Amino acid sequence: MTTLYPKFETSPTSQHPDSSSPFICTEQLSLYYGPQPAFEQVNLAIPAGQITSLVGPSGCGKSSFLTCLNRLTDLISNCRVTGRIRLGNLDVLDAKTDTTALRRRVGMILQKPNPFPLSIWRNLAFPLREHGVRDRAQIDEIVETALQDVGLWDEVKDRLKAPAQSLSGGQQQRLCIARALALQPEALLMDEPCSALDPISSGIVEDLIAGLRSRYTILVVTHNLAQARRIADNVALFWLQQNSGRLIETGSVQEIFEAPKSSITAAYINGVRG
Amino acid sequence: MAKPLQRSSPSRSPWLDRLSAFGVWSVALIITAIFAWIMGDILWRGAGQISWDFLTLPPQNAGRDGGIGPILVSTGLILVVCLSVSLPLGLGTAVFLSEFTAADNGFGRLVRRSLDILSGVPSIVFGLFGYTFFAQTLGLGFSILSGGLTLACMVLPILIRSAEEGFRAVPADYRLSAASLGLSRTATLWHLLLPAAVPGIVVGLVLGIGRAIAETAALIFTSGYVDRMPTSLLDSGRALSVHIFDLSMNVPGGDAPAYGSALVLVVLLILLNGAANWIGRRLSFQSGFHWR
Repeated sequence: MTTLYPKFETSPTSQHPDSSSPFICTEQLSLYYGPQPAFEQVNLAIPAGQITSLVGPSGCGKSSFLTCLNRLTDLISNCRVTGRIRLGNLDVLDAKTDTTALRRRVGMILQKPNPFPLSIWRNLAFPLREHGVRDRAQIDEIVETALQDVGLWDEVKDRLKAPAQSLSGGQQQRLCIARALALQPEALLMDEPCSALDPISSGIVEDLIAGLRSRYTILVVTHNLAQARRIADNVALFWLQQNSGRLIETGSVQEIFEAPKSSITAAYINGVRG
Repeated sequence: MAKPLQRSSPSRSPWLDRLSAFGVWSVALIITAIFAWIMGDILWRGAGQISWDFLTLPPQNAGRDGGIGPILVSTGLILVVCLSVSLPLGLGTAVFLSEFTAADNGFGRLVRRSLDILSGVPSIVFGLFGYTFFAQTLGLGFSILSGGLTLACMVLPILIRSAEEGFRAVPADYRLSAASLGLSRTATLWHLLLPAAVPGIVVGLVLGIGRAIAETAALIFTSGYVDRMPTSLLDSGRALSVHIFDLSMNVPGGDAPAYGSALVLVVLLILLNGAANWIGRRLSFQSGFHWR
């Protein structure tokens, strides 16, 4: 358990994950809500330290795919996941896997900014405390680092005790990213993190995600192809086939946008379909 | 084939509007007037009775003279017993219903349906149950404990349903992001859901206190008539509402102290509601309350 649950570092040395090996690998991964498949037989290797973008039309299982990776599917009744997910040498779907530790390693950002109805400071301190960081000075230092990482520190350092709900939408989303970063994860799962924001805030959050490249493995679901092209290293296209989501093609941004192998991909990126 | 929209003649519509507006206003006015009349009556006839002696002295001469000191104490004790049993039980059940069972779960539905029926059961039935179960079977006799426990049974359905609504009103995203941060269910419940559900809990508490403090029928059977100062929870104690009932029905010449007691009861109810709302505002997030 010690390797799975590393100690908190007060000032994390910026890790440079080995990008040659995949961080997460799925094998024949399928997810069903009752009898209805959300996606089936997805084999995807997510390179470490890079930004991988999941694109495709609505309802093809992109968000459901994300929720498998940190076992948030456990919360949904009637939901069944088959196949394998490997994270290093950890079998994610194994019933014995410690989901608390897993979710600390793999953070998640939801579509709508949803800071807890607490103060700005406590939004970050509360999860830290629950993960066993009791020392006030250490908490303060981690909070400051995380807020600086998302470019929020200068905006909020004088009102850390103010309610998080008093922040603007874009600031709230950056606070949520900081809340995930404070737990010092290795990967971040982002489910359309910009789509509920105004264009300016969206641009700021997008730049922030791009800036986190190489320090974290990032998986971002987006409807915005232009955004995927701007920030991603790799793109994976999901598509609805026979009423269930399928992984159609994966590749680097250049491959997908300049030389797609699948005709579906070509039609999608040219705006003919989807 | 779609028929053309039927238009009412333009002259009829405003007339009808005015009539229905008049109807709605007069109903509201009648309701308000009745309430004002009752309050005015109690205030008019009861205010002269109120004095420090009336609030502290024991009743004499079957309540015609003296005060309501011991009765206030008994009422308070019954309420304390009632709330200290029903609040934890009610919150626990509400958490179970909203957080641990799906909305369409069969057992959850059964519990909910039972609670809805229970909340409609006449209080005299609760009194009978309290008498046979708490007073006789458990051997608690006519006592403040029997009365408080019977009231707890009555208040529980209201408390549970309001608290459950409070928990359900908490956005689902809080639960998702709490889980994705690796927070335990217990931490999520204590630190996020419970404070966010406070408004619903307060509504339940206010309704529950209202029902408990106004209750007469169930208490006659269980906490009894004795108007002495209670020395323990196993003593019989007369509640304020029972005292009013007794003065007005059984004691010739008891009308004046009955009105005085009624005024005290109403003021007490208003104060308790205000206190519950105030505590609720302090505990809920909006005011910026932070636990340690």
